[in-house]
This record gives sequence, structure tokens and C-alpha cells, in this order.
Amino acid sequence: MNELAAAIPWLGKRNPTAARWLILVIALVAPVIAWQFGRSWVRILDFALLYMMLAMGLNLVVGFAGLLDLGYIAFYAVGAYTFAFLASPHFDVHLPFWAILPLGAGFAAMAGIMLGFPVLRLRGDYLAIVTLGFGEIVRIFMLNLNYPVNITNGPQGINMIDPINLFGWDLSRNLQIGENFSINSLFLYYYFFLLAVAGSIVFVHRLQISRVGRAWAAMRDDELAAKAIGINTRNMKLLAFSLGATFGGLSGCLFGAFQGFVSPESFSLMESIAVLTMVVFGGMGNIAGALVGAFVLALLPEILRDVAVPLQQTLFGHVLLDPEVLRMLLLSLAMILMMLLRPAGLIPARARYSHDHHLSNKLKQEAAK
Amino acid sequence: MITLLEARNIGKRFGGLQALSDVSLTIRKGEVYGLIGPNGAGKTTFFNVLTGAYTPDGGEFVFNGSELPTGKPHKVVARGIARTFQNIRLFRELTALENVMAGHHIRTKAGVWGVLTQNRFTREEERLTTERAYELLKYVGIERFADVVSRNLSYGDQRRLEIARALATEPQLLALDEPAAGMNATETGQLKVLIEQIRHDGITVMLIEHDVKLVMGLCDRVAVLDFGKKIAEDVPAVVQKNEAVIAAYLGGGKHAH
Repeated sequence: MNELAAAIPWLGKRNPTAARWLILVIALVAPVIAWQFGRSWVRILDFALLYMMLAMGLNLVVGFAGLLDLGYIAFYAVGAYTFAFLASPHFDVHLPFWAILPLGAGFAAMAGIMLGFPVLRLRGDYLAIVTLGFGEIVRIFMLNLNYPVNITNGPQGINMIDPINLFGWDLSRNLQIGENFSINSLFLYYYFFLLAVAGSIVFVHRLQISRVGRAWAAMRDDELAAKAIGINTRNMKLLAFSLGATFGGLSGCLFGAFQGFVSPESFSLMESIAVLTMVVFGGMGNIAGALVGAFVLALLPEILRDVAVPLQQTLFGHVLLDPEVLRMLLLSLAMILMMLLRPAGLIPARARYSHDHHLSNKLKQEAAK
Repeated sequence: MITLLEARNIGKRFGGLQALSDVSLTIRKGEVYGLIGPNGAGKTTFFNVLTGAYTPDGGEFVFNGSELPTGKPHKVVARGIARTFQNIRLFRELTALENVMAGHHIRTKAGVWGVLTQNRFTREEERLTTERAYELLKYVGIERFADVVSRNLSYGDQRRLEIARALATEPQLLALDEPAAGMNATETGQLKVLIEQIRHDGITVMLIEHDVKLVMGLCDRVAVLDFGKKIAEDVPAVVQKNEAVIAAYLGGGKHAH
């Protein structure tokens, strides 16, 4: 949060408190502003929040622990499908939302450990290849497990998934206040996801400035030295994979419930790469970077879609480049420019791995003596 | 004197190279023990085998009366052996303080649950870790750089930081791999004072070093390795006059080709 506040130009350095309030206000009014441009924009913001959770989880694995994971979307898939299995007419099971959430997180964490064991000795490129394979395996399983016994319903996916229901409060219905005022369901989802993201920020931040976060950073910077000071690198790697996967699983659950429909095509390799790009684009190894990267890269293609088509029509009279093609082109261009101009990401803040105030308290004590 | 570490017939082979053969030595509690020898004699290999980075092909270590696990670095550290590296290996993105705090890892317990809930135990442990880390920085004399990212420290300070990080694991035996390499005379002098202080505080020191003056001035006893074999072990003054040692360093003698 502090890193995020400090990243705001001008205000961040002069008045961090004001910057923090500014972020809070923006986060709260963003959907209201987006609503002015049409309801689809609120929906896009909802998805941006899900991507933020994903980026934070992946940042834990890649940024903190230094384990390059190209199959991260598989955990998102595990979460989404867990929700789809347990809350849809597909198996005719309808468990409550709060019961499925820990299950989705737990299954994803188990998948994380399953991936973790075989890759314990791999680093860098080799690790990337195996994790990439893992992501594809999960997707292909989802695609083909409809025969001989229909489990995942194959490429058709599972639909009619139950919406999020908070103790009887259905988020998919507009909230009616009084006679003529109602809050659209997209807003309800937005604020619920915002809470989830805020909770994730607190958790990930606490992990970062703890014994666990330092052990991960140590392992990332020098594995041999980390072993030599007594860090059990095997356990710490498995922990990183499973905790990172937990975030993937959680946001997968939310995704399934929000979208009401899951199918294997939502979990392709391109999605894994997109999330990794968000982390790298924003600034690897710090929470603010992951958040900003996810926000920018989730919104950018949508803005592009909105702008590119009318612009081309006015300029050339017809659409030369499909927005989808343009999106990949511009994304690559953005990445290249990024690597040239700001190789450490949009927010290149160095992450802290210890509590600030502990040291300053200590120093104050000494000065008092 | 009490024996702290006993190496019995340690052997290690890399392909066709016998890096260590039947090395046996005894380190007593409270001494500074030097391990010297020409380049490629197997000194660092001995450190790696001792600290669990490599698994020995034969032999065993007895530490404080019981056998050391082999090939499991974190278990060796837990038993009380810490090491530094010949080429400095710090956690480059972490500050000096955080490097030392990471060194406390094995002596602290906070797990994911404690960290997420920030319960009283975790907060208290974290505070103690910070304070002890700061004390250690002071001990090696670089506390003013506590908040500096370690890769930005000067060479000599990085060496000191590595020692502080090793001390954070609360070792009984501190194994230093060429701590004076690349240091000038002043820095070496300061290092000598530091090592003497460490010994004075009850930690046994094992030292690989090429700086003969430092070894002779600091060590209580010295072992000499040559081609993976121990060729001498005695007080520095005697080892200095040993013919096999002179031959190993200057060439000639039984290893002449």
C-alpha cells in the first residue's frame, strides 16, 4: 500500500497520507465513473480485480521466491472448476459459497504442491518449460475429461453456475434500496472483489515482511547461500508454490461464480503469459507493481477495442486491423519499450522484507541511552 | 581440551579426481583452526562436505559427540556449524539488516499461520530478530549500513556482513572460507581483530586462508592439505618447518613430476 502510494507522481513523495486516501477514493468511485461509459466497463473493472489477485499470487512465486511459473493459470482453472462442480446443475450439487471457497483454495494448493515436487531441482528456463507443460496438462484434462465418464463436460464447459451468495444475499441480483434506487449487481461484485483484493494485499504484505518472505528472497538471490544458513529450500519452494496457487484457486472460484460459466478455453497458455506479463510490466517482486500491472494490462485491451475500431473507420473508412491482432501487437510493443526504458517495471520499488518500525524503535532506544 | 569436531577418513571423488582422500582431523573447542594448502588441495571441498553441500563418499563427521548428517545443509546448520564463502554470497536484494535477519531463520519458528494472523508470538519474535540482527551488525562494525541494500556495500563490508549472517545462525563452529581474500593490509588487520573477538566469545573458528601471516598469527593449530591428503597437522611454528609442507608449496619433494 505504501509502495503504491509512493508511486503516485508528485503527491506520493510529498504527502503519503493524502496519496493513500487518494488511492482509496479512486478504488471506491472507479465503478461509478466506469458506469458512465456503459455497464460493460464495470464488468471489465470486476475482471481487472480478479487479475489483480492472480498477479499478486503469481508475484509471490515469481517475484518473491524467484520460481518462474508459466503454468500459473492452471490453479485459476482448478479453483474455477471446483466451484463449477460444487455449485451448478452439472452434478446437481449446490454447496454454499463459503464452503466451496476453502475447498477451491485447498485443491489449488494441492495442485501447487503436486507441481512443486517434480520441479524442486529445476531453475530458470527448465522450470519455465515444466510449469508451462503442467498448465497445458491441466487444460487438456479439462478439455477431454468428458469421456468415458463426463466429469468436466469437455469443450462445452459448465454453465449455470450458482452466483456468489453471501449468507442469503445474492450478489447477482440488483440491490433494491427504497422505491426507486437500486445498485446494480456488477457494483456488488466489484466491492466484494475489492474486499478480496484488499485482504490479499494484507496477507501477501505480511508474508513479505516476515521470516517466510526473507527465506524466499534469500532463496531467490542465492540458493546455495540460503541452504548454508539453514533454510530448508525444499519446503520453502513447496510453500511458495502452494501459497501462490491458493491465490489462483481463490480468484478462480470468484471467476467461476461471477461469470456463471467455465470452459477450458479461459485457461490457455496465453492467459498464463498475460498474468506473468502483468507482474513483469508492473514491477516484479513488489505488490504495488503486480497490482498496477494487472490493472493497466487488464484495461488496456478493452480501451483499445473501444477506440481502435471507430478510429480506423474514420481514418480509412473500414477496419484494417482486428482489435485482437492489434492488442497483441501493442502489448509486445509495450513490453519492448518497457524493457528498454524501465527494465524493472512501472513501479521499480525495492520490496522491504522487514518491519520498518522495529529498527527505528531500536535506534531510538539507543539514542536515548 | 574438549573435542568439538572430529572428521574421520573423509573421502570425496569427482569423476577421476580424488578431491579428498582419508582426511581425518580434530578440532578442539575454543580454538582457531587453520586449513591451508596450495590451490586445488581440497580445502573448500572439505568445507562443502562438512556443511552438507556435498555428500562424502566415505567417512563421517562427529560433532559434539554425535554424528553429523551428510548432504543436508539445513540440518548441519541446526546442529551449530555456519560457514562463509570464498566468493561472497550475500542476498543481494536484501539490506544488510535483512541479510542478518535471514540468518536467524533456523533459530526462529514463525510459520505461515503466525505470519498471516500476526499473533503476539510472531510479532515478538520478529522484534527480537530485528534487534539481534542489529546487534550483530554492530558486532562486526557495519551497523551504519543497516538499511543499505547489500550489493551496494563495499567489498570489505560485504565480507563482514557475511560473517554477521553466519553468526546469526548461532553457531558453535564458524567455518570461514578465505575471509581475507582481496583485502588490503588494514582490512586484514581489522578482520584479525574480529576473528579474535569471535573466538573470545566462545565460538570455535575454522579458517581456510592463503594469507600466511594471518594464519600464523591467528591459528592455534594448522592442518595442511595437498592433493586431497592431509600432510601435516600441528601448531603453526612446527608446520612452517615441516618439509612435506615446504615441498607442497614450493614444488619439488615427493610430488615433483
